[in-house]
Amino acid sequence: MTGRFVGTQSYIATPDLEMAVNAAVTLGRPLLIKGEPGTGKTQLALEVAASLGRPIFEWHVKSTSKAQQGLYEYDAVSRLRDSQLGEARVADIRNYIVRGKLWEAFDSPEPPVLLIDEIDKADIEFPNDLLRELDRMEFYVYETRELVKARHRPVIIITSNNEKELPDAFLRRCFFHYIRFPDAETMQRIVEVHHPGLKRELLAEALGAFYRVRETPGLKKKPSTSELLDWIKLLLAEDLPPEALRGDDPKKSIPPLYGALLKNEQDVHLFEQLVFLNRRAR
Amino acid sequence: MLVRFFLGLREAGVPASVTELLSLLGALEARVAALSAQEFYWLGRMALVKDERHFDRYDRVFAEHFAGAERAFAALLADVPPDWLKSLAERLFTEEERRKVESLGGWDKLLETLRERLAEQKERHEGGNKWIGTNGTSPFGSGGFNPEGVRIGPQGARQRRAVKVWEAREYRNLDDRRELGTRNLKMALRRLRRFAREGAADQLDLDGTIEATARNAGWLDLKLIPERRNAVKVLLLLDIGGSMDDHVRVCEELFSAARSEFKHLKSWYFHNFLYEHLWQDNRRRHAARTTTLELLRTFNPDYRVVIVGDATMSPHEIVQPGGSVEHWNDESGAAWMQRLTAHFPRLVWLNPEPEERWEWTPSVGMVRTLVGGRMFPLTIEGLDRAMRALRRSGPASV
Repeated sequence: MTGRFVGTQSYIATPDLEMAVNAAVTLGRPLLIKGEPGTGKTQLALEVAASLGRPIFEWHVKSTSKAQQGLYEYDAVSRLRDSQLGEARVADIRNYIVRGKLWEAFDSPEPPVLLIDEIDKADIEFPNDLLRELDRMEFYVYETRELVKARHRPVIIITSNNEKELPDAFLRRCFFHYIRFPDAETMQRIVEVHHPGLKRELLAEALGAFYRVRETPGLKKKPSTSELLDWIKLLLAEDLPPEALRGDDPKKSIPPLYGALLKNEQDVHLFEQLVFLNRRAR
Repeated sequence: MLVRFFLGLREAGVPASVTELLSLLGALEARVAALSAQEFYWLGRMALVKDERHFDRYDRVFAEHFAGAERAFAALLADVPPDWLKSLAERLFTEEERRKVESLGGWDKLLETLRERLAEQKERHEGGNKWIGTNGTSPFGSGGFNPEGVRIGPQGARQRRAVKVWEAREYRNLDDRRELGTRNLKMALRRLRRFAREGAADQLDLDGTIEATARNAGWLDLKLIPERRNAVKVLLLLDIGGSMDDHVRVCEELFSAARSEFKHLKSWYFHNFLYEHLWQDNRRRHAARTTTLELLRTFNPDYRVVIVGDATMSPHEIVQPGGSVEHWNDESGAAWMQRLTAHFPRLVWLNPEPEERWEWTPSVGMVRTLVGGRMFPLTIEGLDRAMRALRRSGPASV
């Protein structure tokens, strides 16, 4: 049943990432993924599911999310209302238990992949409330006095953007992988996958310009892979020649359509100022 | 062997636990990793290290511990015949690299050295660590022989770099030994939570519903109330620049923790001491000032005031009119401070300097008196005390 996860047609995975996923799948441990925004953390879960041919359940965590919502919710208010109206379904409490994503994943007939996206957005105690569920892959429904057990241990992929630190007890139960920002070579393969047949010079120039922007000191939000892909899409749509990206001196020219790379007006301002200073220094 | 490695990690400050060690062993047993040092390195890291800031420490311990052990992996790949070496080298080196090797003494020299090393390794099978040291020459390419390191493995394959990952220590700048994580800070700031119901009514009010239903003779009457939210209001005043530069990190952490913990948080900056004006944006500090009087007028006394500063300055900056290092102040800093403490009964001063050093600086003692003894060190424990002091009003008994 277990295939090994390798990078797919549309997703380039580094060997250490592949191994992390495979270890998590083999041992049935949750895999915690961290990394800069836009390095494909959420995408990973989708690709793992596609690569292993398993169904995926996505639980997107928000600042108001409670751990209980992932398990189930008891809709007491609508039951109360139904009882007033004399509905027949009131008699069975099960009609008012709303299943959460975790339950759905536990109940899946095939081994599933469960994505818990951006766990750091939730309250600081959120991960602690899921310890037993992730450890034993079971939880207890108090209203119906029934124990829900996972039919198959799901592959759990958890992403975090480091907005909050996660509790130690939670970290101990996970494998951890930090997606590094790809080096130029990997980046080339990534772009290749998304824009096949891109002209070699254009790609080289675009990557060069991209890493120059990224290395500008003091940027608040460095452009990431997803921004690079957007930018290249724009460049292609505008049909710009590679020469337009080059300029006579890289430090003195602003790459075209840089709005796709820099998302923060202070960064744009800083970048323009630096280029201006470099020009004057001549 | 692994136990010693594990203890080495703990000694270096990686908070790995026994459970994690067991899961690493489980993964090894399940043959997740192939027999290579590289894969073992990755596997160990994902199982034992849960924070990218600790990657560098892991790298260091790994390099130290497995400096000699890589040969164990190599030995598993059986004895390496010279032919194999040669064919491997020929197959993998690029034209350019070949030329470089040529310039360093040619093929034969390289192979000879490799063979020598190999022989040496057999002889010193037990104790030697010279075969692959930090700058060792190995059949897998080298840092010592060829300055760039020889690329091994076919192009685009798994193992691209001859410089071993853990020796490159690529995670160096992510490491920091900060005492206070924002998580701890937030836990401490929680003490200040004060819940109040405001906003849209979207929660069932059970007591209200029961009462209303009873009044309605059993006919259900749902009552909703707003959710409880943290309603505490905080004014954060931060000393910036000068001697505070040493404490930027801890102040940033406090600031980010406070911002996510308190909904009503306003912050202002000052330099060294509080005078007649403050500013909110350091880049526009001279253009966009707020006068302290305005602050006193705008915020009512139920705001809690937290001042962060090292209170280290010359005493006349506090007591003398015109004592400010930056401008002429008509009234002394002490006068402004007294106004502030009079208006805001709940006020604390957090000092990032260690508590035992406070006595050495006279100005710290003066500020301490001015804030009625409510000066606390910027540590978890100090923050805890400060938050407790903020909950009751009036000067603390020192």
